[in-house]
Amino acid sequence: MMIDVSNLTKTYAGNTAVADISFQVEQGEIVGLLGPNGAGKSTTMRILSCFIPANSGTATIAGWDVFTQADEVRRRIGYMPENNPLHPEMRVREYLRFRARLKGLSNGRTRERVDAVITQCGLEDVSKRIIGQLSKGYRQRVGLADALVHEPELIILDEPTIGLDPSQIRSVRQLIKDLGRTHTVLISSHILSEVEMTCSRVVIMRTGRILAADTLDNLYKVLGKNGHLITEIAAPLDELKTCFEQMPELAHYTISATEGAYHRCALAPSGSDDLRARIFALVVERGWDLRELSRVRHSLEEVYIRLTRPESEEEPH
Amino acid sequence: MQAYITLARREMGSFFYSWIAYVVIAGAMLLTGMGFVTLLDRLQGEPTPMPLTEIFLGGCFWLIVLFSAPVITMRLFAVERHSGTFETLMTTPVSDWQVVLAKFTAAIVFYMLMWLPLLACVLVLRYCAHDATLFDPRTLGTTYLGIFLTGCLYMAVGCFASALTHNQIVAAMISFAIGLAFFLAGFMDGPIDLQGTWAGRAFSYVSVLAQMKDYARGVVDTRSVVFCLTSSFFFLFLSCRVIESRRWR
Repeated sequence: MMIDVSNLTKTYAGNTAVADISFQVEQGEIVGLLGPNGAGKSTTMRILSCFIPANSGTATIAGWDVFTQADEVRRRIGYMPENNPLHPEMRVREYLRFRARLKGLSNGRTRERVDAVITQCGLEDVSKRIIGQLSKGYRQRVGLADALVHEPELIILDEPTIGLDPSQIRSVRQLIKDLGRTHTVLISSHILSEVEMTCSRVVIMRTGRILAADTLDNLYKVLGKNGHLITEIAAPLDELKTCFEQMPELAHYTISATEGAYHRCALAPSGSDDLRARIFALVVERGWDLRELSRVRHSLEEVYIRLTRPESEEEPH
Repeated sequence: MQAYITLARREMGSFFYSWIAYVVIAGAMLLTGMGFVTLLDRLQGEPTPMPLTEIFLGGCFWLIVLFSAPVITMRLFAVERHSGTFETLMTTPVSDWQVVLAKFTAAIVFYMLMWLPLLACVLVLRYCAHDATLFDPRTLGTTYLGIFLTGCLYMAVGCFASALTHNQIVAAMISFAIGLAFFLAGFMDGPIDLQGTWAGRAFSYVSVLAQMKDYARGVVDTRSVVFCLTSSFFFLFLSCRVIESRRWR
């Protein structure tokens, strides 16, 4: 177990930032902490990185307690805070050297590791430049390189792609994905597509509470059922209708006409089974024509919006 | 230890990355130079039993200390808090004491560098005047000891002020106010009817003004050594507590 958080609570001057949360992260996972602004993501990360303590509850990183064994924990994590603060007056290589030495690396090891992270994060061209003059994308890479320089077991990144342009987001995202092969990564974000693309598991938070913590597939399954099927079949309309009505797995269906003999059907399954093979078999059996058969999954966005919608907005069931 | 040295070196470097170091050194050199001119003027007048350093101290010494200390120390914590690097710093395996001591060390080393031109002034005088009595290495030593100890106190006060706030200007104002209070305590035992009372004795004990005069005269009073060291320690301790306060606030 890399991260084990149980019943963690943190209040700031009477305001509860994190309320009694518990979650686990296994070694080698990339986990996304997802939630609207003010959900308690940053606070959770600050507690895990030993910057502030919680009011109650426990948290351990690789078996070390973040409150009582903070030094051991700090040695094992690479943390990049929100907005990625750096010393703008320093040069890239100099800054990374400074950080590596601060994190207790020996002289030889520092040289080795600084070279390694500069290559890993694609900073070769700018290693002698002053950080303050770099573009935001490069600065973000410097922040990542800093988080990696001491080869931490766990990397905690708070909003790593905030304020970047799409191509920069893409390269940072790729970097995080690559990191996931060798490290455990915890990233926070409110950009869904990012989490969807990089993380194997998500923890969804709102107003200091955890709403869901599961793998993406499970979340889709539980919250979005299995989505629905879209298919276009050329068949007589009434025959099609009777066939669908005789299928017990179908909750309901809609049929609309398209050009030619084709009918566009939207099928909602009642269970979580995948009905595509079943539909295909039906078409073959009847000798109809089929030109489209696809499953529309609920996107994470729908799942997220449904979960994080304030209670007052929830429609009555 | 490694973290302490690394941090102190970076702090030292950051003085010179910003314009502060050059502005402060230039200002201090200007004032030292003016003090030197006054000194030469005095030496041409009537003979006096005062050592060289004491005459110099009558000039711009306090002006330099009172104004340079807040400027040197105001960035120490305030900038890191403002930019957020404080968070990256405090999530590395370093202790609060290491951070405070490293920043204090950098400040005091820089402060001592600022006083090197004074040494040059004295050496120039000795070289030109060809008068051995003019220059007593022991008095010069105690003067520098005094400069160092006073510096410790003022840098520690500055550290504390900077730890209190995100804003450099506010930090500078707080440290100037506390520093000025120590300086003015020197004037409190005389003119007002405090002479001989416990309050008068208390003021004279904390009077850095009178203490510095002793050092420049070549007198090392252990009371003032103890006072400077303990009060520096006290303010560093306070800085440490302020930094730690994020944990229980």
